Amino acid sequence: MLLKKPKAILVLQDGTSFEGYSFGYEGDATGEVVFNTSITGYQEILTDPSYKGQIVVMTYPMIGNYGVNEVDVESAHPQVEAFIVKEYSSLYSNFRAKSSLQDYLKKFKIPGLEGIDTRALVRHIRDKGAMPGIVSTTEMDVRKLRKKVRELPSMDGQDLVKTVTCKTSYQWKEGTYDEDLSKPKAGAAKKGGFRVVAYDFGIKRNILRNLVDSGCEVTVVPAQTSAEEVLKKNPDGVFLSNGPGDPAAVTYAIENTRKLIGKVPVFGICLGHQILGLALGAKTFKLKFGHRGGNQPVKNLENGKLEITSQNHGFAIDKESLQKIGRLTHLHLNDQTVSGFTKREAQVMAVQYHPEASPGPHDSLYLFEEFKNMMEKR
Amino acid sequence: MPKRTDIKKIMLIGSGPIVIGQACEFDYSGVQAIKALKEDGYEVVLINSNPATIMTDPEFADATYIEPMTPEVISRIFEKERPQALLPTLGGQTALNLAVRLGEMGILEKYGVELIGANLQAIHKAEDRSEFKKAMQKIGVEVAKSGLAHNLEEAMEVVKKIGFPAILRPAFTLGGTGGSIAYHPEEYEELARVAIDASPVHQVLVEESLLGWKEFELEVMRDHRDSVVIICSIENFDPMGVHTGDSITVAPAQTLTDKEYQQLRDASIKIIREIGVETGGSNIQFAVNPENGRIIAIEMNPRVSRSSALASKATGFPIAKIATKLAVGYSLDEILNDITRYTPAAFEPTIDYVVTKIPRFAFEKFPAADATLTTQMKSVGEVMAIGRTFKESLQKAIRSLENKSFGFESKFPTKKVDQKLLKSKLKIPNWERLWYIADAMRIGMSVQEIHEITKIDPWFLAQIEEIVNAEKILKKIKPTPSAKFKSTLFEAKQFGFSDTRLAQLWSKKPQAVRSLRKKLKIKPVYKRVDTCAAEFEAHTPYLYSTYESEDESNVTKNKKVVILGSGPNRIGQGIEFDYCCVHASLALREEGFETIMINCNPETVSTDYDISSRLYFEPLTEEDVLNILEIEKPMGIIVQFGGQTPLKLSQAIHDNKFKILGTSPDSIDRAEDRKRFQALLNKLKLKQPPNGTARTLQQAKKVVQKIGYPVVVRPSYVLGGRGMEIVYDDQALTRYMKAAVAVSSDHPVLIDKFLENATEMDVDCISDGKNVVIAGIMEHIEEAGVHSGDSACCLPPHSIDAKLQENIERQTVLLAKELKVVGLMNIQFAIQGGQVYVLEVNPRASRTVPFVSKAIGRPLAKIAAKAMVGISLSKQDFLKAEVPSYLSVKEAVLPFAKFPGVDTLLGPEMKSTGEVMGIDREFGAAFAKAEIAAGTLLPLRGTVFISVNDFDKPYILSAAQKLLQLGFEILATEGTKKYLEKNNVACNSINKVIDGSPHIVDELKKGRVAMVINTPLGKKSAQDSYSIRRTALEYNIPYFTTTAAANAAVNGIASILKKGFSVHSLQDYHRKENKEAFASKSVMVS
Repeated sequence: MLLKKPKAILVLQDGTSFEGYSFGYEGDATGEVVFNTSITGYQEILTDPSYKGQIVVMTYPMIGNYGVNEVDVESAHPQVEAFIVKEYSSLYSNFRAKSSLQDYLKKFKIPGLEGIDTRALVRHIRDKGAMPGIVSTTEMDVRKLRKKVRELPSMDGQDLVKTVTCKTSYQWKEGTYDEDLSKPKAGAAKKGGFRVVAYDFGIKRNILRNLVDSGCEVTVVPAQTSAEEVLKKNPDGVFLSNGPGDPAAVTYAIENTRKLIGKVPVFGICLGHQILGLALGAKTFKLKFGHRGGNQPVKNLENGKLEITSQNHGFAIDKESLQKIGRLTHLHLNDQTVSGFTKREAQVMAVQYHPEASPGPHDSLYLFEEFKNMMEKR
Repeated sequence: MPKRTDIKKIMLIGSGPIVIGQACEFDYSGVQAIKALKEDGYEVVLINSNPATIMTDPEFADATYIEPMTPEVISRIFEKERPQALLPTLGGQTALNLAVRLGEMGILEKYGVELIGANLQAIHKAEDRSEFKKAMQKIGVEVAKSGLAHNLEEAMEVVKKIGFPAILRPAFTLGGTGGSIAYHPEEYEELARVAIDASPVHQVLVEESLLGWKEFELEVMRDHRDSVVIICSIENFDPMGVHTGDSITVAPAQTLTDKEYQQLRDASIKIIREIGVETGGSNIQFAVNPENGRIIAIEMNPRVSRSSALASKATGFPIAKIATKLAVGYSLDEILNDITRYTPAAFEPTIDYVVTKIPRFAFEKFPAADATLTTQMKSVGEVMAIGRTFKESLQKAIRSLENKSFGFESKFPTKKVDQKLLKSKLKIPNWERLWYIADAMRIGMSVQEIHEITKIDPWFLAQIEEIVNAEKILKKIKPTPSAKFKSTLFEAKQFGFSDTRLAQLWSKKPQAVRSLRKKLKIKPVYKRVDTCAAEFEAHTPYLYSTYESEDESNVTKNKKVVILGSGPNRIGQGIEFDYCCVHASLALREEGFETIMINCNPETVSTDYDISSRLYFEPLTEEDVLNILEIEKPMGIIVQFGGQTPLKLSQAIHDNKFKILGTSPDSIDRAEDRKRFQALLNKLKLKQPPNGTARTLQQAKKVVQKIGYPVVVRPSYVLGGRGMEIVYDDQALTRYMKAAVAVSSDHPVLIDKFLENATEMDVDCISDGKNVVIAGIMEHIEEAGVHSGDSACCLPPHSIDAKLQENIERQTVLLAKELKVVGLMNIQFAIQGGQVYVLEVNPRASRTVPFVSKAIGRPLAKIAAKAMVGISLSKQDFLKAEVPSYLSVKEAVLPFAKFPGVDTLLGPEMKSTGEVMGIDREFGAAFAKAEIAAGTLLPLRGTVFISVNDFDKPYILSAAQKLLQLGFEILATEGTKKYLEKNNVACNSINKVIDGSPHIVDELKKGRVAMVINTPLGKKSAQDSYSIRRTALEYNIPYFTTTAAANAAVNGIASILKKGFSVHSLQDYHRKENKEAFASKSVMVS
């Protein structure tokens, strides 16, 4: 044996199994198995609340190389149910690293599976669609695990927002990081900027940091907060965040959003984009295996420019149903799905992808400025 | 916006001869560019002086000019062809520099030619150090502290602000020529002088040292809509201080967090925008301080580069092709991704494997060269390997090198580790450092300690440590066909261990490990390179091996042929062999075969995924090749096109019951094996120089007693004249034999009588087993004794009479028939005193195949490949090759300028890296074109220095006389002067260097000599005149070290002075009815 590591296994709902080694927390976890094609950014991915209820497999085979640090996080702790890689690199090297990925996963009780043919797994998901699965380091009997995994629910109809949203509202004051990437930029979060209320459906911190960068005073509120309560705060704009699960299942958010539209400028990202669409009367559907990665091409139909975007979604707005209620502004070039829309007259703008990046390219940061402009014109 | 319709005809500039720093990656990019332009209906005009390229095949461009690449010649082509646009970004630095000069000279404007891809301003901004610095400051990207110097005084001033170590970077040079690092004030002055001289504009950047910082490269593309994408990130294993061309590099970057990577991405986008590269690809290099992440932009290439070729092969994204499409007006979202077929090229490739590139060096060819790796590139080739982990990728890359290494063998296999040597090998960058790192780990040095000495990132070192630790465990295991052993062996294969390395660890034969492995059913699977990490289905079978569960090879049942490539470029085995492999593939596809290419050289056309039906990017070792053959089960394998690399595998292929196409391995052996070859010649009653073989000094002396000095000595089974020497006395023979016996006692040393002052001839022929066709006879310019790869040659022969040529043809046919050649064969003959001697017979594709093909206008490699699958020469309408009415001269290009301190004398060991071709109706003009193309600027006036040995004196007389008639002055050393004056040639005398100042080297340095003719005899004389040749080289003064070449050069000068020369496309030359037209207009060269 060249590697002395405990065993671990993944069993998918269709019965397919992959045996490898454990490199995280010793235990079991279930969730929808999805893949992400980003080469860098595993710490941001792990801590993105949109991955609640999901087991993430990285297509890039060497993970752990740069360890983990204290600042590249999108929420307080990892959110994925389990993490799957081809090879975990135990030695990490980076000037900002504070600990190993392994210690990090163990600390937050996230199982990790390595040493499997991740490309075969990705091709399987690509062909058969994202499906529930179980990662186990305790039970190696595939038959038993198959039985367990058969009972797991599909992502369709699941409201996972309630599991990740904040309990109470709070102010966010941190901007994005300085050039040396160690602390938030000085001078951010000026008083007297635009007052933005941000619905937390599982919000990524880099969205908040970017709102602060563009001069907003940000109040984060729980997902269930009523429209009336939000309007009472007299905001210049409302932001609808990203988040996990099926957007159609988050009925309370759709209701509240409907009440806000037309009264105040609204900007939605990812799940927020879908909720805005649903509130306006469009339909959503589940994609076969979703878009997850930092290389997704989007065409800005307003200026014809290409944006390389960071994406993480399993549901999308139905293009036909959108045409009646708003204008398509961004198109996904790989499969021609809806990547963004606007309803100018109602002061609504939304994108399916992640302009805040983290991880991913910064091509679309301008959207935060556009949101500001929208509030300005109000 | 779709393609531009206002342009109809586009001219492309190639990169010229293969030199260190600019190799066949630009043939790859040029071929893609031409194909892309033709696909869109543009008419394409091409200039490239290098005949060994695929891009200069007459069927690619509409008009192909194999002419010297000078602004004057291009201007003449503009006049003739009237292209509307010039695309200069795909032919390396050569093309970019030419575009700049054409702009500066007003030639572009005169002919209304638009630069597409990059404009002059952008090129200038990127290439000029101070402009670049200003641009970076403007956009807030940091650059290293630096200052410019145009002379020594300024250089001394600048360094005061920067401190030591200081880096010297001359502007506008290839592969960092003339660049260096000065550690102390004492060495600074000399290094600064060299750097200033090396720059054509005498501009040098003196820069703060970033030694030990991490180095990264990003490949960026931009379209005219200002959309920018990053194709690939590359991290250098060797930290700053080693030229990126000499570094081991890894894709993608391994040790950057997303935040840091995005900073580099943002900076790259800002840079390409600010520099103003409107469409196409650029390469941007960064240094990152490992302590705090501080980012410094090092440089930007506003063109397709060596790294873009690597990035294309690493990701499957064809950068050159897309860059071309963007240059003619497409935007990224209008171009489809070839591999996924329905997603657009507007995206950033993502990969699910690790790519490692390792450079290949040729220091064994230049024992006097300093083998330290610095900011000046010295490698001659490279390999790339793909694995699912870094460890696998690295170990595959190591065995791809063909350096007799199959993994991390110890550098101290039999003796105790020399710690002092080890530490210096770690500290001073050298090509073997990888192996010394493993040795350091074996004696217990920690990753941290090694990091402190080498500055190599600990992550990479830890990966090597895992391999070394695995070796320790493996060594203790006894290989048995058990289940437990099976899982360990599987893990070892996942680590990338070769069967051969495992065999070493277990003291077994590689074949034994292989059969045990097969018995345990452990075999590789093949995965696809798909640009998208499996997010979409890949339609292109571009494959690499790994040890995992799922195989994606999807092998077909078609009629198929495997073609083995030639591996990394090296001196003696370069682009010519890749050219042949590509032709074989194209020809057999034409005939309905599925072709399967195996190769590991990322620079080549053969590793472009759309050349063959299927591409395996794999090492060319017995293990890796047999693995592929076993799953593909081809009807045949072509081994005769890729040089020695595939030939070495033919026995193993044959033993494993696979069929080798064409000439049988037994015939190849008959030609290679000394004894059998002699028997063959005796049977056919053909002559060879008297010879013998020896395994000991005594045996060697015995042979020499029989045949007499001088003799040529060489080891058996080599290509490129490796280890070959001409020996004049017992002392030299003793030294040679001692060294040879030490290297290999298995292989005997071959001793031939050296035929002095003989003319060497090269013949390429094709046979289908029935008919033999002589494709071309080449007469060497340099006399026998200079390696055929380094000698200029002329087709057809210009001074050999018809009777002798007929004799040569007769002997060629006899040999081809006796060896039952099917395919290509090359024979080297020597003519001495009207006698024809057979020097060497190679029943395989030779280095001259592309040259001959271009000269006679028939694709020899294609014809040969078809003959090998049974399509007769008569069916191919090739029963006779017509002798052209024009002359084609091939000249070698030598890398001496890259190796300070190395002598420039030619000998039996090949040293050239590339070749050029000159075509004209007259020998003089054709030779002159070839010389100019090779960078030798033949003077049209001035002083010529002549110093020749006694033996050569009669052969230089006519040249001297001619020079006087042409208005040159002659300067000669004492002996030569006496001889010339005695024969009524007036000349001035000058001291030899040993006679003291003022001597010839002083005159050379003062720029008072326009050309040097110097032929020393014997070792001592060669040492005396070394400084003359070296100075001439460094000051770019044409020099000739043989009388034959000197005479040809004087002919060339006379021809230019008389009537200049005309330029014609290859298509024109090949068109029979046009022959009269050649004499028309001429162009003068200054």
